[in-house]
Amino acid sequence: MYRVIEAGQLADRIFQIWVEAPHVARHALAGQFLVIRIDEHGERIPLTVSAVSGDLVRIIFMAVGKTTHQLSTLKAGDFIRDVAGPLGRPSEIGMFGTCVVVGGGAGIASCPIIARAARAAGNHVIGIIGARNAGFLILEDEMREACDDLFVATDDGSRGFHGFAADVLKEVIEGRKVDCVWIIGPAIMMKVTSEVTRPKGIRTFVSLNPIMVDGTGMCGSCRVQVGGETKFACVDGPEFNAHEVDFDLLMQRQRTYFDEEKASLERYHERACRCGEGGHHG
Amino acid sequence: MSARAGAGKAVTMGERPARERVRDFSEVDCGLSAEEAVAEAERCLQCKKPSCIKGCPVEIDIPLFIARIAERDFLGAARIIKEANLLPAVCGRVCPQEVQCEGACILGGKERPVRIGDLERFVADREREQGLVIPPVAEPTGKRVAVVGSGPAGLTAAAELARAGHNVTVFESLHEPGGVLMYGIPSFRLPKDVVQAEIDQLRGMGVEILTNHLAGASIPVADLHAYDAVFIGTGAGLPFFMNIPGEQLNGVYSANEFLTRVNLMHADRFPEYDTPVRHAGRVVVVGGGNVAMDAARVARRLGARVTLVYRRREEDLPARRAEVIRAQQEGVEFELCANPVRILGSHFVTGVECVRMEMCSLDDSGRPEPSPLKGSNFTIDADMVIQAIGQGPNPLLIRKIEGITYGRKGNILVDEEGRSSLEKVFAAGDVATGAATVILAMGGAKKAARAIDRMLREDQRDH
Repeated sequence: MYRVIEAGQLADRIFQIWVEAPHVARHALAGQFLVIRIDEHGERIPLTVSAVSGDLVRIIFMAVGKTTHQLSTLKAGDFIRDVAGPLGRPSEIGMFGTCVVVGGGAGIASCPIIARAARAAGNHVIGIIGARNAGFLILEDEMREACDDLFVATDDGSRGFHGFAADVLKEVIEGRKVDCVWIIGPAIMMKVTSEVTRPKGIRTFVSLNPIMVDGTGMCGSCRVQVGGETKFACVDGPEFNAHEVDFDLLMQRQRTYFDEEKASLERYHERACRCGEGGHHG
Repeated sequence: MSARAGAGKAVTMGERPARERVRDFSEVDCGLSAEEAVAEAERCLQCKKPSCIKGCPVEIDIPLFIARIAERDFLGAARIIKEANLLPAVCGRVCPQEVQCEGACILGGKERPVRIGDLERFVADREREQGLVIPPVAEPTGKRVAVVGSGPAGLTAAAELARAGHNVTVFESLHEPGGVLMYGIPSFRLPKDVVQAEIDQLRGMGVEILTNHLAGASIPVADLHAYDAVFIGTGAGLPFFMNIPGEQLNGVYSANEFLTRVNLMHADRFPEYDTPVRHAGRVVVVGGGNVAMDAARVARRLGARVTLVYRRREEDLPARRAEVIRAQQEGVEFELCANPVRILGSHFVTGVECVRMEMCSLDDSGRPEPSPLKGSNFTIDADMVIQAIGQGPNPLLIRKIEGITYGRKGNILVDEEGRSSLEKVFAAGDVATGAATVILAMGGAKKAARAIDRMLREDQRDH
């Protein structure tokens, strides 16, 4: 059992939890993830290690399915049944020169820890965070602190640049020499945004988020195609060379349980209504 | 149980009818009654030089425990087994006794061997019903041992080391201990409360089991080396895929994934449990081992029509004969001498294209080498494909241990007593041997635990 120390809402449908998990917090590095299971009936879901502080680890998630909705109802003092990690390979942080860390939506959660690590390694770090609108934007202050420069973009222009993070990235790499880029967000956003750096052949990492079960290389549920080879995102990744990833396949496999996920969420909301408790209806 | 034979007749396990059992996940075998067990025990010849013990990888004093059963001293029988093996309810169910103790039984030549496995299970179940007796442990030695993995090898090593008085910590990456006993073997062959009860004994012996701890990550390798000894029993958890076109389609599973979703995560009870598994009408399982049989039988229980595709002949199936028969009884269809060449579909699986296989000259394993027959391609409709073609050691931890030597297949190289190339680091089970059986892993782990114990005692004398 792992105690929730702090829990709260960061933006529209996006929540954060600080949970006490020393075995993860003490050893986690930028780019790694953990797997949680809320209770005895829960599924195992992977979430990025968004920050660590002593024995605490922060997770940030968007309430989309049953599990993340349930997770969003947890309060300080509640418990998460299982927290396993840190899992996956850490980000390859080197002294590259100038790095850009691009986050989209809930994917921004992964950015500050990478930006800090890249900066600590001596890089000049530029951050770009994008969201549908100002209401979905998270961690702006934290990113401003973690990066040398920060650009904000919203699809509707309600905050920062009016447009996509990809548009900002394009301008940045045209304006100066960029040596390494991380792009983290929904699969479609990573697909589109990584096309920006392809023509210049800039080293670009994406953090993939396929369906996982164990997260330790045991089941193969998270297999992805990278450079024409089958890789397990949980142990070979989650970060891969963006220009070699088959994003269409990733998105196809993410939809494997679309119907089941929908049914599970509906059932959860129905029960939450009947019991008159819990359940965010974002 | 009506299916049981009366006293005096040939004793058979109470096997539930296929039609009934295929609708649930309850155990297929109901086990022996006390009368049946005593009658079976009385068949034992109590050989002066028992060959059955030699057939047992963990060297249970088989004639002695059987004699106790004949005397109706069931708890005494349990005590004898547990001196050698702390997981008798597991072994009685999943060991391939026909090629081990029972295969060596002298009665096998004349009529049929004593049902040692059924007797072991009977005794273990009896003891559990009355409350398991925690085996005694020796005076604390003050030595600390890290055991990585809580499958058959890890549990066995932990038990032996705890018995010898060492302070044992087990690291398990999943949320439940038990390894393949929990995620791999379905409950109709091995009920999970049986596994839990036998694991609880270890806790009673003072073994600490840390779940959600991935060795090499949650506990760095340097911290492992700080223990007086390290035992690695991480198994063979890395699933192999066939590497044929269409493998990335939705609905293609490794047996590990499929079985984990159902056995460990209870996807059969979705949405009561949150983990889903695809609801398939027609399932193709590829492979012929015990894992393939398990996957096929689980898929049948989820209501699918199941075809098992295996590239060789029926007599070559590596699975236990009894499990093959049960799979057949439960309606699993066998497509033998066939091999998938491509999985069909767009986004989701719609079928499997197979090719007929011709049996040619014998290969190294003494089985005929199958080779594809040109132009014999045919298609099986399917909306799920489960690949059960084997698995290898998970390289996650091994890669991080500097200086440890491993083989071409990623298995840790060890001597007969489980010593690796690194002092104080031992390994046994599938991580050392490649995928094998529960009991072989336990046998190897027991040897390694004894070697660790000897090493730690010598250590103590030296200081």
